[in-house]
Amino acid sequence: MSNVILETRGLTKEFNGFTAVDSVDLQVQQGHIHALIGPNGAGKSTVFNLLTHFLPATRGEVLYQGQVIAKLPPNRIARLGLVRSFQISAVFGQMSVLENVRVALQHQLGTSFHFWKSASSLNHLNQQAMQLLESVDLQDFAMRKTVELPYGRKRALELATTLALEPTVMLLDEPTQGMGHEDVERVVGLIRKAAVGRTVLMVEHNLHVVSSLCDRITVLARGSVLAEGDYATVSANPLVREAYMGKEAEHV
Amino acid sequence: MNTATTHFQDALQRSQQRKQLYLGLALLTVALLAPFVAYPVFLMKLLCFALFACAFNLLLGYVGLLSFGHAAFLGTGGYITGWLLTRYSSLTPELGILGGTLAATLLGLLFGVLAIRRQGIYFAMITLALAQLTFFIYLQAPFTGGENGLHGVPRGQLFGLLDLKNDLAMYYFVLAVFLFGYLLIQRTVNSPFGQILRAIRENEPRALSLGYNVNAYKLLAFVISAGLAGLAGATKTVVFQFASLTDAHWHMSGEVILMTLLGGVGTLLGPVLGSSLVVWLHHALGGSVLGSWMSVILGSIFVLCVLLFRAGIVGYLQKFVQRNLR
Ligand SMILES: Nc1ncnc2c1ncn2[C@@H]1O[C@H](COP(=O)(O)OP(=O)(O)OP(=O)(O)O)[C@@H](O)[C@H]1O
Ligand SMILES: [Mg+2]
Repeated sequence: MSNVILETRGLTKEFNGFTAVDSVDLQVQQGHIHALIGPNGAGKSTVFNLLTHFLPATRGEVLYQGQVIAKLPPNRIARLGLVRSFQISAVFGQMSVLENVRVALQHQLGTSFHFWKSASSLNHLNQQAMQLLESVDLQDFAMRKTVELPYGRKRALELATTLALEPTVMLLDEPTQGMGHEDVERVVGLIRKAAVGRTVLMVEHNLHVVSSLCDRITVLARGSVLAEGDYATVSANPLVREAYMGKEAEHV
Repeated sequence: MNTATTHFQDALQRSQQRKQLYLGLALLTVALLAPFVAYPVFLMKLLCFALFACAFNLLLGYVGLLSFGHAAFLGTGGYITGWLLTRYSSLTPELGILGGTLAATLLGLLFGVLAIRRQGIYFAMITLALAQLTFFIYLQAPFTGGENGLHGVPRGQLFGLLDLKNDLAMYYFVLAVFLFGYLLIQRTVNSPFGQILRAIRENEPRALSLGYNVNAYKLLAFVISAGLAGLAGATKTVVFQFASLTDAHWHMSGEVILMTLLGGVGTLLGPVLGSSLVVWLHHALGGSVLGSWMSVILGSIFVLCVLLFRAGIVGYLQKFVQRNLR
């Protein structure tokens, strides 16, 4: 299990002279749950934006399954199985919960440009969508309008929607942010379940979650990699303690 | 899997569809009988502008794109159809209309390719600039008759069979054209493609991250909208037997925004009602002293509408019905 599935080489992003991501070399092993941690503004979300080409990199490259993907548009990258979520929960609020998942499944029918076809042709996908909702325990909410869901449920829905694409690598940006203890436990369970047979790269502030869930950790500070390794190695690193855990130590 | 819930959804959908069907049949009956009560030429004008506003609303209401250049498509449909029918006298009117519609569709593709990547106000500005360019071309081009307009377009015989000089025959043809456009929009909104449009309007980055090429979806919606706006202009030219710069002027791009907002953006019937009100206002006040105050009156309605009824008349009625009659 030492296959690298996702890799960056010298990945750099500058915003008007400000370097948000500074020559980052990152290697994510296939099958791992890999955490990307670091203080606010360290550049974690920007790395996600670069990996999926939501932003163009200033320098450096991204290799996915050994292939340089920097030139591909974000939708093509998603189709290759590298699927991201967002830091702010990204759901389609005015659609029903079922429809949210169905939108993600719709691609398989190959009719997404068919403006002359009835939307009822999408009902074929309902069963599959319900299965995905069950996998995140949302089956009872299927017909609800999505804006009405509590925050934790929205994040679960987002996960189900991502899973609908059957991603090879999932990028999760702070999946437990802003959640109460109970919701955190549930989402951690869902991620653990969803990660079986996949690779996950996740940004996470909650160190309990990181220590219990993740195989490997990369610490980012001011755009550069500060340390990398398993939880014990990283948490023993004095630089990390200073830059990151010093501030967060009271939470541990 | 949990079939009970999906069945419940089906039942709900079906009862809603039935209600919509009854409303549709009632409106269709009104439309079929209307020329016996009202002046057919006026009704045809209503229908042409209703189609124009519906086409515009497909973009603003269902994709969230504000085009400020839709007059270019209305005008192009009108001019090309007028030119074809005057130049080639053997051409039947439906072919002339088809030609004008195709020309507007192609122009829509061109505008779309140039504008679709822009967001918000930049999209509106580019469509406005391109429409202005189109306007000046029509002002200068020899075939349009410049400021005098293109006159003497024959109504001709539909499919070479039915004489459209008869206002009643013309009216039913225009009604058929309108229904075609309206139903096409309704279907587009409620299609697999429409689902993706909804997703894009609600959260574009998420739709992109789910693997959808959002610009391609927006472009197709833009082209459909432009084509239908062209169809409205083409039909209008055959009805009035002339095409003029008024239809290509930026005032018209502004007026269709007003029509749509007034009636209710993002509702299927809103633009029909909104455009009818505006056309009726023009008609009612046109001859009177108030005629010269038309812009002020329309402007005031616009301001009131934006301030008080953000959902438009139909949107407001829908909310009222939902709140009180369920
Ligand atoms: N589009 C942008 N334009 C300019 N600066 C940006 C842009 N996006 C991010 N930045 C800056 O880059 C830095 C890194 O931001 P980023 O969002 O990647 O941090 P983060 O590690 O995800 O932080 P957080 O934990 O708060 O989510 C910040 O200083 C931010 O202000
Ligand atoms: Mg972030």
